[in-house]
Parts: sequence; C-alpha cells; structure tokens
Amino acid sequence: MAIQKSRNKNIGITLYILFILVPIYWLLNMSFKSNEEILGGLSFWPTEFTLENYAVIFTDPTWYMGYFNSILYVGMNVIITLAVALPAAYAFSRYKFLGDKQMFFWLLTNRMAPPAVFLLPFFQLYSSVGLFDTHIAVALAHCLFNVPLAVWILEGFMSGVPREIDETAYIDGYSFPRFFGRIFLPMIRSGIGVTAFFAFMFSWVELLLARTLTSVEAKPIAAIMTRTVGAAGIDWGVLAAAGVLTIIPGLLVIWFVRNHVAKGFALGRV
Amino acid sequence: MRKVENNKAWLLVLPVFLLVAFSAIVPLMTVVNYSVQDIFDQNNAYFVGSEWYREILRDPRLHESLLRQFMFSFAVLAIEIPLGIGIALMMPTKGKMASVCLILVAIPLLIPWNVVGTIWQIFGRADIGLFGWSLTSLGMDYNYASNPIDAWATVLLMDVWHWTPLVALLCYSGLRAIPEAFYQAARIDRASKWAIFRHIQLPKLKNVLVIGVLLRFMDSFMIYTEPFVLTGGGPGNSTTFLSQTLTQMAIGQFDLGPAAAFSLIYFLIVLLVSWLFFTTINHMDKDK
Repeated sequence: MAIQKSRNKNIGITLYILFILVPIYWLLNMSFKSNEEILGGLSFWPTEFTLENYAVIFTDPTWYMGYFNSILYVGMNVIITLAVALPAAYAFSRYKFLGDKQMFFWLLTNRMAPPAVFLLPFFQLYSSVGLFDTHIAVALAHCLFNVPLAVWILEGFMSGVPREIDETAYIDGYSFPRFFGRIFLPMIRSGIGVTAFFAFMFSWVELLLARTLTSVEAKPIAAIMTRTVGAAGIDWGVLAAAGVLTIIPGLLVIWFVRNHVAKGFALGRV
Repeated sequence: MRKVENNKAWLLVLPVFLLVAFSAIVPLMTVVNYSVQDIFDQNNAYFVGSEWYREILRDPRLHESLLRQFMFSFAVLAIEIPLGIGIALMMPTKGKMASVCLILVAIPLLIPWNVVGTIWQIFGRADIGLFGWSLTSLGMDYNYASNPIDAWATVLLMDVWHWTPLVALLCYSGLRAIPEAFYQAARIDRASKWAIFRHIQLPKLKNVLVIGVLLRFMDSFMIYTEPFVLTGGGPGNSTTFLSQTLTQMAIGQFDLGPAAAFSLIYFLIVLLVSWLFFTTINHMDKDK
C-alpha cells in the first residue's frame, strides 16, 4: 500500500518534470539543427548535428557582449539590492520607528507597480541624469521591484533570530557593524542566499525596462535576440541557440543555492 | 517579537528609501503630471484636469482588456495554486533525487521572459513545434495564431509551465519546515492522508501560500513580454492584456495624457486588490 502510494507520487512528479523539460528539449534540439533541417520536417533529434548556430553567437561581439551586459547589470543589481536591503530589513525586524508600518507598505507597493507604467518616465529620468544606456541604469531600475522584495524576505529571516543574541553581543562589547558582520549575517546565511537568488531571478528575466533603458552599450541579450528576425524570415537555429544560452546562468545559480532553497525559504516568513 | 522604539533606525532604512524614491517617486510624479495635462511639445502643455481620466474610464479598450486581465489572473491562480501544492507534496524529500528535482522544477523560473515566449512560439507551431504538430496530427484544428481560443489556451498553458514552479518551490520549503513529530503524532492517531493534509500541512503552508498568491496575482496582472512574443496580443485583441494595451497607447500612438491616466488607474487596481487580499487574510488570523 505504502509502496503503491510512493510509486504514484514518483509517476506524478516524473510526468510534471517531463512537462517542464520537453519544451526546453525542443529548443535544445532545434539549436543543433540547420535552418533547412528545422523547416524541412519534424525530427526528435538533429540528423545532421551542427554547432553552426552557436558559432554565430560566439564569433560576433554584438551577440556575446549581450550576455556580458546582462550578467553585469544583474550582478550589480544583486549587490546593490543586498547592500541596502540588509540594514533596512534589520531596522524593520528590530525597531519601532516613526512611520515604520507605512514605510514597509509603501516599499511593497513598488513591487506591485507594473513596469509598463514606468517605461516612459524612466526613459526620461535616466536620460536627463545622463545614465541612459549604462549598466548601472538598468541595475538601479531593477531595484524598484527587487529591493522591496529583498527587504520583505530578509525581514522574515531576521525576525526568526532571537533578540537576545543582539543584546548579548552588545553586552560583550561588540559594536554594531562588527556584530552585524561577524555574528548576525552568518546566522541568516540561507536568507541571504534565497534573497540573492530572487534578486538574480527577477533581474535576469526582466526585459521591458532593460530594453527601454539601453540602446547599444548595455543592451541585454534578450533584446539582441529580436535581431534574428530578418528580411529572409526568422533565423530559427540561432534564435534557439541564443535561447539555450540564456538558460545556463540560471542553472548555475540554482545549483549554488539548491540547499538554501530547500531549507532556507521556510526559516523566514517565506 | 518585542521591539524597541528607536527613531535612529531610520538611518538604516534611509539608503533603501532614497534608492526606491529615486526610481519610484520621480517617475510616478511624471506620470501624474502627464495625466492632468494636454501636451503638444515641450513648451506647450495645458492643464486639462480630470479630462483624460473621464475619457479613459469610458474607453471600451480599457474595459475589454481589464475584463480579459481579470479572467486571465483568475484562471492562473485557480490552476497554479492547487497544482503547485500538489507538486510540492509529490516532490521527494531526501537524498540526491530531492536536489535534482528541485533544480529541474526551478528551471522555467530562470528563463528570460521573452525566451519563454519564444520557446512556446516554436513549440506550438504546427510546422516546426512538437506541441502544435502533435495536436494537428491528432486531427485537432489547432493554430494559436488564428484561433482566439487556441491562443488563450496556449498563453495559459505557457503561464502554468512558467510559474507553477514558484508556487511549488514555496510550498515545498513550507512543507520541509514541519517537524517530524507532527507526522508521528498523526500516525499514532491513525490520521488519514487527507486529515494530515487538512490539519497539519495546509495550516503550515498558509504563510507561503499568501506570498505565492500575492506574487502570482501581481505578476500575472502585469504580464506583458510572454504573450507579446507568443501571440503579439492577437488574434485580433483576444490576448491583449492591460500592460500591452497601455504600451500600445503610450508608445504606439503616443497618447501621453490618456496613457498616464490609464497607468495610474492600473496601478491603483493592483494596489487595491493586493490590499484587500492582505487585510482579509489578517482578519482571518485575528478571528482564530
């Protein structure tokens, strides 16, 4: 009976994972085919295996710089987000202060603002301060939705750490920065891991703002992909190869935080 | 938790405040500014008061895309939340398989949104995509580019594929937080599977589910990139959701005033629904 149950579970989860993987497999499959083969008929694996599509991307700087740009602004965003959200989350979890509840809610409302609403004003704002088409502009713009989320998640984790620890440390003569860096941060490691994961995720996948705020120098890979639509139709092979390459950084990140994701979420409010 | 009153804590919040204010308040005020003026060029703008608001509220485009948007967000929540809970319950809890499952389930979350659109655009085509090809060879008349129902189904399926993992991961970590002792007690009481789910697992999942529902509502309500790549909002306007209607208005037709008024109404709807949900949940907590 119990074995039967667990077998049903395994079948269920296997089916679900197949559902997730098949569309991705299809993209991978296509990326190793030439355009003639793609349009020539359906096949479950490439009959004439080719790396041509990847070669196009790796030999053209306008292509591979797109990956570099995306990774650069996402990295900047994660660092900025954590740097400002950690102290703020500590303040929210430990202290009462004037307007704390209102402030917290106001922060969250920014997570609810549709990026489409801000497209034009963002463009004007960043142009007027001379940041248009820089990586930092995209990193700052993505803070709009990442910082509130980070404060929210971190506050949950920090509230799980008993106050007595802070007090003991101060009695032992620790200054605030030393206590925060040496004792407190290591205690919420998994919270920081999960927060970094979320910040990476939402910044990496966002396109609307990133595309609006860049033109050449900092253009993200996701925006460059639209180039595959040319006069001769869509270059399916290169499009598929570029798509496959955008999945890889995400895979690496999830690999690093896998243990934190399992234990981590539950420690905090999340 | 007991909190100390200390207004110096503001110093810790200040960087966040400045950063978010720069990215939020300045653009928001620009939008407010546009929404009450008729702008011809940089030096020619006239105050028109609430005219744009009245125009937008009467605009059938807003009504239609708002209705579509609510239907879509409702369908997304109705499918993804139960499915996500189910997946979380089925995921293995120990060993190597647990890590592998976790990573595989999380993959769709880490794919850029336009690539998600591209994947399904390819996957659903009858000539080169497995999904479209399979349905067509089964004798179904499937074409997401010309049939509104197929387009809807494909956008919905894509969203389920894309976002159910978030709900599943949140629930999975919620389940891991339940101490083994709870299950032991249930075994001693000979509780049924359903009773365990209803009285142990579901209550423990409440916190993560609140977050899951909120995030899924907000993000599905703002959906833009994926349907834009997949169907371009078509056929006709059948998959044109709010964000796309808005960008069409602001960038396509350059109707800044009405688009700004639209933006604020849009923002307020998201705020209102999220706030209602949040307070309802809090009230339910207090009643207990």
